[in-house]
Amino acid sequence: MSALPTATLPTVLAAASAVGLQHYIALAALLFAIGFVGVLIRRNTLVVYMSLELMLNAAILATVAFTRYNGTVEGNVFVFFIITVAAAEVAVGLAIIVALFRKRHSVDVGDLATLNN
Amino acid sequence: MNSLPGTEYIIAGLFLLFIAATIAGSLLAVFTVRVIRSVCGLALTSVGLAGLYYFLNSPFLALMELLIYVGAVCVTIVFAIMLAEPQEIVDESPRHSVLWSIAAIIVCTAIFWSAARLGVLGDWTTPAIRLNDGTIQDIGVSLLSTYSMAFEVISLVLLVAILGALAIARIGRHRHP
Repeated sequence: MSALPTATLPTVLAAASAVGLQHYIALAALLFAIGFVGVLIRRNTLVVYMSLELMLNAAILATVAFTRYNGTVEGNVFVFFIITVAAAEVAVGLAIIVALFRKRHSVDVGDLATLNN
Repeated sequence: MNSLPGTEYIIAGLFLLFIAATIAGSLLAVFTVRVIRSVCGLALTSVGLAGLYYFLNSPFLALMELLIYVGAVCVTIVFAIMLAEPQEIVDESPRHSVLWSIAAIIVCTAIFWSAARLGVLGDWTTPAIRLNDGTIQDIGVSLLSTYSMAFEVISLVLLVAILGALAIARIGRHRHP
């Protein structure tokens, strides 16, 4: 954005330091929306699962941005816990997907509707 | 102070690169047909997010993101794809209809627009006092003093999750001669 020859060093620094909390929140909202699109329109269970991970990452990004701009350490510790619980969730969720595939021989979300009626 | 000329340009370029990696990786993860490319997109998103955490003054979380998401989650998903992916390409027509996809995209655009608007227009005031800098030393002291109980409980949660994953993955396993 500042590769123009007229751009001097202070303008680059101003642009870099102008990135504030609101830009990180906008990026987190974009990530969340993309992940939500994936959850709604994809049929493959694994892709739906990865879209859920994207939404979780968006929430983590917002948390880290807030903790940076509040100057506290608690947000970092909470994000540590969130990532750890997400790892546990990955282990269990992927085990469930693999077990479902062994039983049903399908990874399509539409086929996994036994509890539907 | 800076020995290398143009360091600020490099830093600004790296920042833009991390943002681009995050957005492009998430788009790749959601909108590609092959699942293995989605995993690559998720890994790219995680790398970009790790860089953003570094810019947010949290090198500890950047390393955690790289270690856990790129190193563990993506590898585990690749293993799950190898175990649970049918040979033929899954029929990737939209789940209900084109109308459903359009409605989903409209709803998600509305979510993005409202959340981003709240974030951009919000009156975020920075507190007058900086309590601490969030260095790794602060995090370590906090984990082992204030949050030591939660730290121990989280290790128990991980143990139970591993046992549960093992128990679930045994279901439906055929014993081949």
